[in-house]
Amino acid sequence: MRWKSRVSTAFATLLLGTGTVYGLEGDVASGEATAAVCVACHQPDGSGVNVPGGESWPKLAGLNANYLYKQLVDVKEGTRTSPTMQPFVSMLDDQQMKDVSLYYSQLESTEGKGDTDATEEQLALGKKLATEGDWDRYIVPCSSCHGPDNQGAGDHFPAIAGQHAGYIADQLQAWKSGRRDNDPQHLMLAIAERMNDEDILAVSQWLSRQPAVQGGEK
Amino acid sequence: MASLLSMRRLLVALVAGVLAPGVYGTETSPRVPTNVPQPEEGQFVHVPPTMDDLENNDMHPELKRVIRRGRDLFVNTQQLRGKNVFNNMNCNSCHMGEGRLPFSAPVWPAAVVLPNYRGKNDHVNNLEERIAGCFSFSMNGKPPEYGSDDMVALAAYHQWLAKGVPRYQDGSTMYGRGYPRLPEPEEGMSFERGEQVYQESCAICHGEDGSGLVQNGEVVFPAVWGDDSYNWGAGITRHFTLASFVKHNMPLGQPNKLTDQQSWDVAYYINSHERPQDPRYTGDVKETREKYLETFHKHTNYGLEVNGRLLGDHENLGGEKDFLKPEVLRSRSFTAE
Ligand code: HEC
Ligand code: HEC
Ligand code: HEC
Ligand code: HEC
Repeated sequence: MRWKSRVSTAFATLLLGTGTVYGLEGDVASGEATAAVCVACHQPDGSGVNVPGGESWPKLAGLNANYLYKQLVDVKEGTRTSPTMQPFVSMLDDQQMKDVSLYYSQLESTEGKGDTDATEEQLALGKKLATEGDWDRYIVPCSSCHGPDNQGAGDHFPAIAGQHAGYIADQLQAWKSGRRDNDPQHLMLAIAERMNDEDILAVSQWLSRQPAVQGGEK
Repeated sequence: MASLLSMRRLLVALVAGVLAPGVYGTETSPRVPTNVPQPEEGQFVHVPPTMDDLENNDMHPELKRVIRRGRDLFVNTQQLRGKNVFNNMNCNSCHMGEGRLPFSAPVWPAAVVLPNYRGKNDHVNNLEERIAGCFSFSMNGKPPEYGSDDMVALAAYHQWLAKGVPRYQDGSTMYGRGYPRLPEPEEGMSFERGEQVYQESCAICHGEDGSGLVQNGEVVFPAVWGDDSYNWGAGITRHFTLASFVKHNMPLGQPNKLTDQQSWDVAYYINSHERPQDPRYTGDVKETREKYLETFHKHTNYGLEVNGRLLGDHENLGGEKDFLKPEVLRSRSFTAE
């Protein structure tokens, strides 16, 4: 019953099989069928693949359904650009996007992967940025928005703990370069553009080593 | 000359660090600039020490431990929930960046300007009494006993942040102190315009109903009105205080993004909603408003009718609180008792 805690309880009522997550109604079984074209990259268990130095495939398992759905809509409409993803998402209709989002949100979260050679200093800096921020540079702690232990908050702030380091770093760089520009009110852009390469490496390595769910393993 | 030199160094550090965040991350100019105001001629600038500075400091380890405890209470005051705190706030909710951030009412000034006279309670207050004030109103709570472990730890943290600032340094010229008053709004304040600002810029975190967000039992976004927010006696219920807080600190991560007009409007909108009763309530809202009118309520909507509702006309003390006024809030005469 893990999925119950994955959606904000105020908004969500999930039933087995079919579900509703605040404005998002879908069918999990249809979602599973749709996911057949996604598994090549996102893997059958939704765990994705960390590709250091290359394009990583994000973990989708256990992420908030509304967040996932928004991303699919954005990719389809072109407000989030991903040449890799675009062809697969453009095949889906709105209902399929809802179904597959619900499906992935209910998969049990898997652990994130990072580089084995991250140093102690790197991890210490990463932890500081993620939990305390650096206010002298107005880098707000990630957890202020991404929730307790960075495991996600509500429908708008996805879990980033336990996501792959390669993907986290790539997204932060994407915000800095303007490649990703679909965040509400530019809340994420404001933070990302204040980070340097060292910060990005450090925080992504540290976050990837953290449990993705409460009481979960690293 | 030594002090002048170190002052210069401070300023340089400040301009590079505190005042121009974003310069490290990008070569080009930032798309979401922070626009933190620069110090003006003649202002006293203090950069409070960090926790790293504390670790490197040559003081008794026991004092370090107590200061760390004070910081922990400051950023996670919810650990005193149900005992001293009866809403969803941490001290850090309004004194952001661990109480160090300019224009977010950094708390170090209180450690050097007090004891001093305070209009709000019409007597001379010391640091613990100032902290007790925020517990009673902003946290809708009951302050830890004067001299208790928690109170001493909090006071020690304030004092540490003021390291190096001369005692009784002139508080009125301190750079970034308090929430400096914005110019009066040219178009007055409007509930409707404020509502629009709120929906566009704030509701994503604080919720359409103002209740914020609690996830897995932990407060993520504090409530801006309702039972879990600050009470009607809190300083931030004054429009000018909230407008300046918002202007300089919200939306989170995007200070100085709203115009002054938008900040006044959204402050008026937020403070036109209900919240727990003013601990100084006499049993009659109009009477209470009148009693504290000059020193306080002429700047709030308490006891006024907004959209056909008399605000503050209720006995609601907020969620779980079962007392109106903490006992320590009492007047002092400083004559033989
Ligand atoms: C060829 C590999 C590939 C396939 C197949 C693929 N994806 Fe992706 N997916 C990616 C990559 C790469 C990204 C990261 C895009 C970026 O850099 O912005 C991504 C990102 C996503 C995201 C955003 C995740 C986040 O955390 O923001 C979602 C949702 C998603 N994919 C869903 C799907 C679904 C559903 C399918 C099947 C219909 C699918 N993907 C098929 C590679 C793939
Ligand atoms: C002011 C709020 C805020 C803060 C602080 C913040 N973020 Fe975010 N972040 C967001 C929002 C909102 C999104 C979702 C964007 C969207 O909907 O497309 C996001 C998305 C992300 C993503 C993409 C996740 C995915 O699955 O694609 C990453 C990675 C990320 N943030 C990392 C961080 C890191 C690291 C920090 C701390 C250094 C941080 N964020 C601080 C608001 C914030
Ligand atoms: C709801 C918002 C809010 C919260 C929460 C809050 N405060 Fe305050 N605090 C204020 C306001 C408003 C002022 C007055 C600022 C001004 O004068 O402009 C203030 C002033 C202060 C001052 C005096 C600063 C000075 O410049 O002299 C201290 C010290 C202080 N607070 C400590 C605390 C402590 C400790 C806590 C937690 C127990 C706390 N505050 C919680 C709003 C808050
Ligand atoms: C990205 C999320 C986010 C957005 C958007 C946001 N806030 Fe906040 N707000 C916070 C957080 C988090 C705090 C507590 C500060 C901290 O912990 O660092 C806070 C604190 C506050 C407080 C003081 C504490 C309280 O609950 O009363 C007020 C008032 C406030 N915000 C008003 C606003 C207004 C007005 C807007 C829109 C102009 C806004 N906020 C936009 C996240 C947000």
